[in-house]
Amino acid sequence: MLRLIGRRLTFAIPMLFIVSFLSFFLVSLSPTDPARVILGPYASQEAVEAKQLELHLDDSIFGQYWRWLQGALHGDLGRSIVGGGDVTTQLNARLGATLSLVLVSLGVVAVLGVGLGIVSAVRGGVIGRTADAISVAGFALPAFWIALLLTSFFSVRLGWFPVAGYSTIDQGVRDWGRSLALPAFAASLAGVAVVSKQTRASMLEALSRDYVRVMEANGFSRRSIVYRHALRNATIPVVTVMGVFTVSLLGSAVVIENLFAYPGIGSLAASAAAQHDLPLIQGAVIYFTLIVIFVGLLLDISYSLIDPRVRVH
Amino acid sequence: MGLIRRPAAAISILWIGLVTLAAIWPSLLTNADPNNQDLANILQGPSWSHVLGTTTLGEDVYARIVYGARPMAVAIVFALSIALVLGTIGGVVAGYLGGAVDGFLIRAADVLFAIPGLLILLVVYSVFPYNISAGMATFGVILSAGLLRIVRSVTLGVREEPYVDAAVVSGLSRSQIMTRHVFPRIRPVLFVQAALIAAIVIVVDSGLAFLGFGPRPPQPSWGGLVAEARGAIFRQSWLLIPSGAAIALTVLALSLIGDALRDQNTAAWAPSKLTRQRQKPTTHVPALRPEAIDAVLDDDASALLSVTNLAIAFGDAADQLEVVSDVTFSVRPGEVVGLVGESGCGKSVTAASVLGMTPGTGRVVRGSCVFEGREMLTATAGDWAAIRGRRIGFVSQEPMVSLDPTYRVGHQLREAVRRHQKCSRRAASDRVIELLESVQLPDPVAVAKRYPHQLSGGMAQRVAIALALAGDPILLIADEPTTALDVTVQAEILDLLRRLRAERQMAVLIITHDWGVAADLCDRVVVMYAGEVVEAADIHALIAQPLHPYSVGLLDSHPERSPADERLVAIPGNVPHPAHWPTGCRFEPRCPRSIERCSLNPVAEVHIGPDRRVRCIRACDGGAPR
Repeated sequence: MLRLIGRRLTFAIPMLFIVSFLSFFLVSLSPTDPARVILGPYASQEAVEAKQLELHLDDSIFGQYWRWLQGALHGDLGRSIVGGGDVTTQLNARLGATLSLVLVSLGVVAVLGVGLGIVSAVRGGVIGRTADAISVAGFALPAFWIALLLTSFFSVRLGWFPVAGYSTIDQGVRDWGRSLALPAFAASLAGVAVVSKQTRASMLEALSRDYVRVMEANGFSRRSIVYRHALRNATIPVVTVMGVFTVSLLGSAVVIENLFAYPGIGSLAASAAAQHDLPLIQGAVIYFTLIVIFVGLLLDISYSLIDPRVRVH
Repeated sequence: MGLIRRPAAAISILWIGLVTLAAIWPSLLTNADPNNQDLANILQGPSWSHVLGTTTLGEDVYARIVYGARPMAVAIVFALSIALVLGTIGGVVAGYLGGAVDGFLIRAADVLFAIPGLLILLVVYSVFPYNISAGMATFGVILSAGLLRIVRSVTLGVREEPYVDAAVVSGLSRSQIMTRHVFPRIRPVLFVQAALIAAIVIVVDSGLAFLGFGPRPPQPSWGGLVAEARGAIFRQSWLLIPSGAAIALTVLALSLIGDALRDQNTAAWAPSKLTRQRQKPTTHVPALRPEAIDAVLDDDASALLSVTNLAIAFGDAADQLEVVSDVTFSVRPGEVVGLVGESGCGKSVTAASVLGMTPGTGRVVRGSCVFEGREMLTATAGDWAAIRGRRIGFVSQEPMVSLDPTYRVGHQLREAVRRHQKCSRRAASDRVIELLESVQLPDPVAVAKRYPHQLSGGMAQRVAIALALAGDPILLIADEPTTALDVTVQAEILDLLRRLRAERQMAVLIITHDWGVAADLCDRVVVMYAGEVVEAADIHALIAQPLHPYSVGLLDSHPERSPADERLVAIPGNVPHPAHWPTGCRFEPRCPRSIERCSLNPVAEVHIGPDRRVRCIRACDGGAPR
């Protein structure tokens, strides 16, 4: 277990460096001048040059990265160009909303995806085919479109859920759940599709294993064989797929958050990008990478809980 | 292409064709100008003049969708070509060269794979506004990571193939081998991945357009249209439908094509032997086989298990393939009977059918199977629950995979114990230790706490035997229980089985291809060939004087039996596939004693004294041939 976490972290640290440098490098290619953006089109050339010096824009890219990195290691990701606010403070204020969305979506994916996958593997007929159809459709339907259809029906027409916004969990679990329901459902749909497909495949594979035959022949109950033994073995590759899905979930979180005017890091990143607020979007990239690493760690832990071969040798 | 024959795939290809046409030559599909605003007719529903209605500026929705295909196609072409080139080259190089290059590439791919692509694209579009080529080139690089991994694993597989070794020996250069031998194997995988990558690009690209990072307005784009529909959501919801449907249908079509291609590849590379054989027009006509071979009853009423004229077939009723066609044998209480034969003779299927567990599409088509006086072929699930584990235990061939790898040994045994007898957890745990002791495992308490992967093969087989004994069965069916083990361990397991049988007065039906095992353990043997019993006899009588030429051949090919200074005799030829069984004696094509009469009619079993029968018309023509 500790070794597993250690391995995850030895992967995570170089990854943070690479991602941050990559985004830094991309930003350095920008033809727009941050000093000019801050001061506006009517500022004098001298004022802009003074600002450039203040922002150390005359440094080489490595020098700038080094300066940024020193700040980042102390939790300082610089200041937003547009609003002037502290990037870390802004991102921290929105971290809870994004983490809620990501973790609830992953929960929905795990429960619905594995459930549908089992149904599709174990049950034939109409139920099995319906499960298959849902998993094909889930992949094809773009999350933001589903979100809009759901909003137009459940929020605009029926008024069951708020059209937009987010209420924190300490404002009441009920409101928190209501504000999360549609965004989380829309964001998780693609994952439900992928996970149910994987569950179905690995469930069928597990059910064809020798130990299943041996258990059946020795009178184990069918329920125990399917839901205790085969399912546990089948979830091992599912955890891997969940990890892959997490990365794309963060992508759809950007769109979904924007759509629901949801005060998370994704919607902040989208508006920062529209306003060329590079320090802010860079910070968002770092935070998202941290979320990927954090979820990866959670998955590693569940992985080792499911499969003893990972923790005992 | 075979794809066209699948309706879903054919429709998908048609749709992608239409979208491609729209991207190349949009004016062919519509006369309307996508940018023609008509502020008098905004947000209309479908009508004759505007098939899919109008936008918030009164533009024709259909025209905007048709013209919106082009930026989408451009994005796909950019991202896809970069992903394909980088992913393929990287994957082949990593898989083929291995070593440090592989280590570097796979780590780079891991990092890329974990980067949230959409966010990086936001950075790119924020730096280069509306620069689709910069954005999609970046996205192509990110997407290449997944492809690299897949191509690498295919390449690793191909590299191990003998023909690649042969190419190395014959002096082809590395790059020649990669392009000539490796690439053709990767190509089908690339088609599948290309379809899926295109689908992902559409989802991400339209998502970006929805956020306002698509083509510069007023240029039409699908994602932009959804964004427009969102703005009008309180006024009219129709606009949502055509804009999103265009995206959804295209993604759906691509993923269906990808799935169909994948299925085609799996079918091409991993053919199922049974289905491939059944597709051939076979000369095998089951109805012609005479069923009237008399039931051979060598059993007294005291038999524990009697199988009579059992026939098992695979496939559906219209196209069935008989793999076992006339098997009769019995097992008396406390007796060890061996089912002996080469692989493919039907012995394992026969044993499985005794437990009501014929694999796959297999089912019993004729005959009877009576256990403890009850016909088992009509047994219900409830009957089986009372029999499996409690009256009949089962041990399989591969001990390492016959236990669930995710639970401790003790846990699995306890589950078996508690399934068969109502008792407390505590009592069950004590019973588990007893069981592990009875299979002579040293330190049973420690073994119970282990996981299967922590056991050696011999230990695992002892645990598997303990599992089969948990319900105190009266009959143990053991399918090649020693085949997968080392020779010394084999002897130990045989010893254990012999001792358990004596202690428990338990009958054993052992399936084996090994005469050593049969001679060591069995009271009687039933020799099977091509789905039939060819000889059944007391083990001593059979070894002393085998009557069927097949038994003779099998015995002679056993190293312990043939004299040390003589060459091992092998039976010429192979066991024929069930679809090609001869009408007459099934062993006739390989038989050294065959005469013309042998191939005319199916041969019935002949009783020769008590407990002995043989299926050979020449069995009484002067004893065993040597």
